[in-house]
Amino acid sequence: MSEALLQIRSLAVRYPAPHGQAAGAVQALSGVDLDVAAGECLGLVGESGSGKTAILLSILGLLPPNARLGGSIRFHGDELVGMPLKRLNQIRGTRIAMIFQDPMSALNPYMRIIDQLSEVPRVHGGLSRRDAGQRALEMLEAVHIGEPRRRARQYPHELSGGMRQRVMIAMALIAEPELILADEPTTALDVTVQAQILELLQELRERTGAALLLVTHDLGIVAQLADRVGVMRHGRIVEQAGCLALFERPQHEYTRSLLAAMPRLKVPA
Amino acid sequence: MSSTAPMPLLEARNLGVSYAVRHAGRQVRLRALDDVSFDLARAETLGIVGESGSGKSTLARALLRLIPADAGTVRLHPDIDLLGLRGAALRSVRSRLQMIFQDGVAALDPRQRIGEALEEPLLVLKPQLSGLQRRERVRLGLERVGLERAHLDRFPHQFSGGQAQRIGMARALMVEPEIVVCDEPLSSLDVSIKAQITALLQQLKQDLNLSMIFIAHDLPAVQQLCERVLVLYLGRVMEIARCDALFDRPRHPYTRALLRSVPIPDPRVARGRRTAPLAGEIPSSLTPPSGCVFRTRCPYAVDRCAREVPLLRSIDGSEVACHRAEEIEGIRT
Repeated sequence: MSEALLQIRSLAVRYPAPHGQAAGAVQALSGVDLDVAAGECLGLVGESGSGKTAILLSILGLLPPNARLGGSIRFHGDELVGMPLKRLNQIRGTRIAMIFQDPMSALNPYMRIIDQLSEVPRVHGGLSRRDAGQRALEMLEAVHIGEPRRRARQYPHELSGGMRQRVMIAMALIAEPELILADEPTTALDVTVQAQILELLQELRERTGAALLLVTHDLGIVAQLADRVGVMRHGRIVEQAGCLALFERPQHEYTRSLLAAMPRLKVPA
Repeated sequence: MSSTAPMPLLEARNLGVSYAVRHAGRQVRLRALDDVSFDLARAETLGIVGESGSGKSTLARALLRLIPADAGTVRLHPDIDLLGLRGAALRSVRSRLQMIFQDGVAALDPRQRIGEALEEPLLVLKPQLSGLQRRERVRLGLERVGLERAHLDRFPHQFSGGQAQRIGMARALMVEPEIVVCDEPLSSLDVSIKAQITALLQQLKQDLNLSMIFIAHDLPAVQQLCERVLVLYLGRVMEIARCDALFDRPRHPYTRALLRSVPIPDPRVARGRRTAPLAGEIPSSLTPPSGCVFRTRCPYAVDRCAREVPLLRSIDGSEVACHRAEEIEGIRT
């Protein structure tokens, strides 16, 4: 593999025990090594509490203040761990963007869609209000929101769950990031809408060439989108392999048990 | 409606539920469930599937009399008019029908110990039992779902999602119901826990000869647990069929699209599927489409679909509400 876009080495995250207590410390991540190449989709699977989300939050510097972070996260060779906030802010939102699981809590309920979307190009791109608004409308079209002009003037609660997720994807992609982090982006959606959102993610990736670090518990989603897969358990990556290899020749026992537990629809061939 | 069993345990006919809501400044009726009919045989599991807003939970709640139905009848074997019951008669029938909720922790009182939570339904519905008998039943009930005596003194927040779901199951089974309605009992669980709970449901169903109504998003779980499946869309029945028939040969275009939307955990197959089978989202129940409610998203819709509401009709043992079910059968999607 050539120079990785994102290179994570020996990442460790620890939450110390509450003040004055002997027990209760939590090791959320330990010894995590991970590379994401430009344009690649890396799927991270694992159960609740396995540390998938902690990796994403570490990359963005969004861990809670009591978290102890160790190791290295390099983006284009620049170390993100310990990077001054001012520099970090030039990267996140523009070159690395995040799609959260629950758009309702990630979108500002008091802001019209157009204003939320315009914020990124106004703040980071220095665009005028009018130009940023125009860019926002283009983005709404790019994520296939019907009647974009009308939707742009609405508030998040007026949109359906699927549309809100489209807005969030538009928001993540508006600055044309090189790396998109997605945390269970379709978990809250119906299967039919999930299929639409997965199709959209694929389409946008192909068009923009952005890399995708996709966290999910659904091996079916990984099978559809990921080039490579990391399997997480108890804060560690227990197996990392190409997508096909992982499904057809899982090496780690835990991967095998995950694959075995995965409910499959039996359909006629 | 034909049924293989001579005498269904539960028989719903033309069930309708509507809610009063404010829309555009006016009070209007939102039709959440419209003309829903089905049978539930003894020891049978009927799956109910459909997108959010299709009326699945409304159906569960109406059957349990948690919300009022405003049309139709529900008959409980041998001749109890479930929707007509009041007061003591309604209470006595509640021990025959119980519910398992989606969010195990939220369904428990945060300040009630598990032992008390399990004993409570007995106090209300089986007042004839002595304290000793109640405690014995609580102990057995807990064991049956794979929990231990030590759990009795704990509070809901001390349990994981999977354990809370087990408690919910134990609680529903406390009064020895004949019918258990499960409203998405697997939705909030991890895959391995989901597999455990599915296996437990299957075990309990067998051991206790339960009839179940299993509401789920999770089609693989439905395929594993159910004998028959009912597909709802915008409050109406699109298809009812035996489980194998529904998954092997889905007749309704909506059923076909639903099945094709499920991600397949096999990269070789999944890569080949590039387009989402259904465009758009389920319309508002306040302004349902005329004729067939599914027609606005149906790839096969013709003029007739906008004019005529398709009635459920029998095709090779499946019941399908689609004017064009036979025509589209041969079309590969």
